[in-house]
Amino acid sequence: MGHMARRGMRWASSFLLAWLCLFAPWAVSAARAGVDLAMELRAVAGDDSEQAAQAVERLKAAGDPAALPALQAFDDGNLRVDAGGNVFIKTKDGLKPAAPGGAAQPAGSLKTVEPDNTVRRALLPALAALKLTSPDRDIRLAAAEELSKRPSDDVANMVKTALAKEHDSAVKTKLNLVIAQLDLASEDPTRRINAIELIRQSGNIDFKADLERMVGKGGNATPSEKDPKVRDAASAALSSIETRVLLIGMVGHLFYGVSLGSVLLLAALGLAITFGLMRVINMAHGEMLMIGAYTTFVVQNFFQKNLPGAFDWYLVAAIPAAFCVCYAVGVVLERSVIQFLYGRPLETLLATWGISLGLIQTVRLIFGANNVAVANPSWLAGGYELLPGIVLTYSRIFVILFAIVVVLFVWLWMNKTPVGLRVRAVTQNREMAAAMGIPTKRVDLGTFGLGSGIAGLGGVALSQLGNVGPELGQSYIVDSFMVVVLGGVGKLVGTIAGALGLGIVNKLLEPAAGAVLGKIIILVLIILFIQKRPQGIFALKGRAAEAG
Amino acid sequence: MNTWFKLSLSLCGALLGACEGPGNQAPATTAAASNSAAPVAAAAPAPAAKVADTGPIKVGILHSLSGTMAISETSLKDVALMTIESINKAGGVLGRQLQPVVVDPASNWPLFAEKAAELIQKEGVAVTFGCWTSVSRKSVLPKFEELNGLLFYPVQYEGEESSYNVFYTGAAPNQQAIPAVEYLMSPKGGGAKRWVLLGTDYVYPRTTNKILRYFLHEKGVKDDDILEKYTPFGHSDYQTIVAEVKKFAAGKPTAVVSTINGDSNVPFYKELSNQGLKATDIPVVAFSVGEEELRGIDTKPLVGHLAAWNYFMSIDNPVNKQFIADWKAYVAAKKLPDGEKRVTNDPMEATWIGIKMWAQAVEQAGTTDVNAVRQAVAGQVVKAPSGFDSTMDMKNHHLHKPVYIAEVQADGQFKVVWKTEGPIRAMPWSPFVPDSKAKVADWQYPWVCGNCTEPKFKTSLAPVAEAAPVK
Repeated sequence: MGHMARRGMRWASSFLLAWLCLFAPWAVSAARAGVDLAMELRAVAGDDSEQAAQAVERLKAAGDPAALPALQAFDDGNLRVDAGGNVFIKTKDGLKPAAPGGAAQPAGSLKTVEPDNTVRRALLPALAALKLTSPDRDIRLAAAEELSKRPSDDVANMVKTALAKEHDSAVKTKLNLVIAQLDLASEDPTRRINAIELIRQSGNIDFKADLERMVGKGGNATPSEKDPKVRDAASAALSSIETRVLLIGMVGHLFYGVSLGSVLLLAALGLAITFGLMRVINMAHGEMLMIGAYTTFVVQNFFQKNLPGAFDWYLVAAIPAAFCVCYAVGVVLERSVIQFLYGRPLETLLATWGISLGLIQTVRLIFGANNVAVANPSWLAGGYELLPGIVLTYSRIFVILFAIVVVLFVWLWMNKTPVGLRVRAVTQNREMAAAMGIPTKRVDLGTFGLGSGIAGLGGVALSQLGNVGPELGQSYIVDSFMVVVLGGVGKLVGTIAGALGLGIVNKLLEPAAGAVLGKIIILVLIILFIQKRPQGIFALKGRAAEAG
Repeated sequence: MNTWFKLSLSLCGALLGACEGPGNQAPATTAAASNSAAPVAAAAPAPAAKVADTGPIKVGILHSLSGTMAISETSLKDVALMTIESINKAGGVLGRQLQPVVVDPASNWPLFAEKAAELIQKEGVAVTFGCWTSVSRKSVLPKFEELNGLLFYPVQYEGEESSYNVFYTGAAPNQQAIPAVEYLMSPKGGGAKRWVLLGTDYVYPRTTNKILRYFLHEKGVKDDDILEKYTPFGHSDYQTIVAEVKKFAAGKPTAVVSTINGDSNVPFYKELSNQGLKATDIPVVAFSVGEEELRGIDTKPLVGHLAAWNYFMSIDNPVNKQFIADWKAYVAAKKLPDGEKRVTNDPMEATWIGIKMWAQAVEQAGTTDVNAVRQAVAGQVVKAPSGFDSTMDMKNHHLHKPVYIAEVQADGQFKVVWKTEGPIRAMPWSPFVPDSKAKVADWQYPWVCGNCTEPKFKTSLAPVAEAAPVK
């Protein structure tokens, strides 16, 4: 029986072979599309990541779009494999066989297969190569971008075909760059020169190492390029790229500096109001930041529990909430302690320091000593690539814009509202203002509340950048005082200048001196500056200045 | 006007000083305590000693429960209490219950030393389990040596140290850092040619990076291809550093070795993902980031970044299953914060091993006397959740541990991509550092030394052949 069956098989296979030979031209491609794909996918979904990577490479080289859904599912974590090694794609409507003609239903238990880095390094270019024919321009652009990172010879033909059909100029540029990188190794010097020209135009720093190798710079003893003409072109391209990198670096440092400055500004603005206008040394100011950040945390949890659909907008709700909570805490603080201590700076300092310790401990009791997680809403995740090499992250951009809005708000409040007018009057001459019928006590209360509320807003911003824990305020209080003292007490513009100045100088020093030494240098510079100019950058003029 | 500025400046100074505020509780309490205890001891010295032999055995737990290191250390305190509870349920040690004494050194390094002295002198603990950062270990080390205490240190560290009074249940560099770098150099790991050594500014990252630099030199990497950067504890602004890493990585395959410690990791990884640095382009391998640290971060953008440890929660074996089940049950029973979301990690496993080993050693020695227990700890074997028998080395006070390298997954767990075949013997003194190449850590006769190039005692006996390193 078995013998018979085997002979039957042999007969069938020889028949199949003859049949295949007859229809060879399309039968081979059918085999590649169907049978091969299922085989390769088995390897892709197997346990050995190196074999999986090789299978992905082969699928890429075959350039068969039928492999795309399975590979995409692999990258997304939607690929499942059953006990028999059959591969399926998980979709919204249930499981689908990954290769045409595969088993329709899974047998045994399903396992999710996910790529590791070894596979992913092969998978991403493979996906990109298969997506070059996509009708969507953005997908093609992303694919071309990915290919230009690690071009390999086996995609050259695919890229050339895609290039011939491409109409979009941005995609074309990227694709040309892929070819250019491959052409750098070409035998023909004119092709090499053309490639170098394209690379020069792209200005991409990633090619610096290639060019350096050609001209024998950057640790390469001898130039790999023999043709002097090509070498000249390469060294011209290299210097052009280097200039560009320098420029980009400056723009980057400026942005990072402004971003750090805006964080400092938000932290210090409330202090500029309470310390600058009211002369209250509020050591509990940092804790207002902390309370603002914790309010954001509470609002986030509220949204997570009750409004999961609107979770992305919790931050918008957290802004007024943090302001109100901190305003209230500030008012209570002023009424219960600070109003009795006006004009006695040393007592205020000690009392508010005690309050700050009390607040830290209270938060520790309520929320625990550990940091709490405040997630970025999805619209703040990621960043915008301004130029190759500089990514402006959305959360930083948000904080900068937020700082501008808050400063505007404070300025309008101080200069355009009757309340602001009274505050300025009280600041300049308390007795005279009282004589004119201004209720100075109520003005004090409102001003202190506002200063605390602004600190709460700063806390919202800080929660998006760093850790939220009970000691959050401690790390900002010193910086806040530095900003206010440096900028000049009692001047909004001084606080802005102080914060931005500190931020930018800090970020310019950081790459050269390191983060630790940078901080020390800043401190020394400020001490020297205050020695020379004790009134800060902007001095308050008039009677109030002498009164202090 | 001037007075205001002087005041505010002195205020800044006061604040800087105030950071050490909680640490200023003078150790005078110890003296007061021993004074008050003295009359009792004088009146009835014999019964007091007897009570000490049958009463509970005090065990010190010295982990930061607040401050920048609380993110990592709180779980170690919890897992230590869990292990002690399970030992007590099984009848204790030498028929006596263990009584944990928990203190909070608040991520404040000088306070660690004070609390350690308090544990040994005032509380009279038989052993202490504690410390995470190397700077805290360096801070307590003189106290343990001076008072002949016993410390089990559960965290991977930089090596270049061997103390008579410390057992190291975490990894030495050759059990974590070196294999991780070798992996990233291999074609499978991405074949990195350039290296960014990024760390928090204190002894562990500085020493580890020194060893790594020597190691990389040995592998033919030039200084131009190594970028070393440090940030202070609690640093939260990583924009410049991440941008610099990107710039440095241009053109050559680059890997980042991160020894950033504590809660700075959250802003660091946030910045990495926001600036779009993918693991396929520039992999980051971390030595102080495990399941616990990733709990507070959205890990989807971090998929593929690596960690090297001797244990991962995702390792599948019966001992680990039991360990995780015990931990989940303990968290639920004690209603610990975050309940369901709590995870296990490598230093927790090392803490667990340490306590088990100490208990076994005490049973073997028949006493809690430090000198006797120290002898007995060497050679102890515990079936570890890492899937292997963990052995305390006969000589160097370090564990034999397997090495795992794993990638971050979207669910915050790790997928092992490389591992050693079995446990590896620790080398506390790095063979790559010229100064320490010749040093030997061997606490057996005739060496009896953790930092020597020749034995302390001359012996006429034939030298014992060095046991082949466990591979």
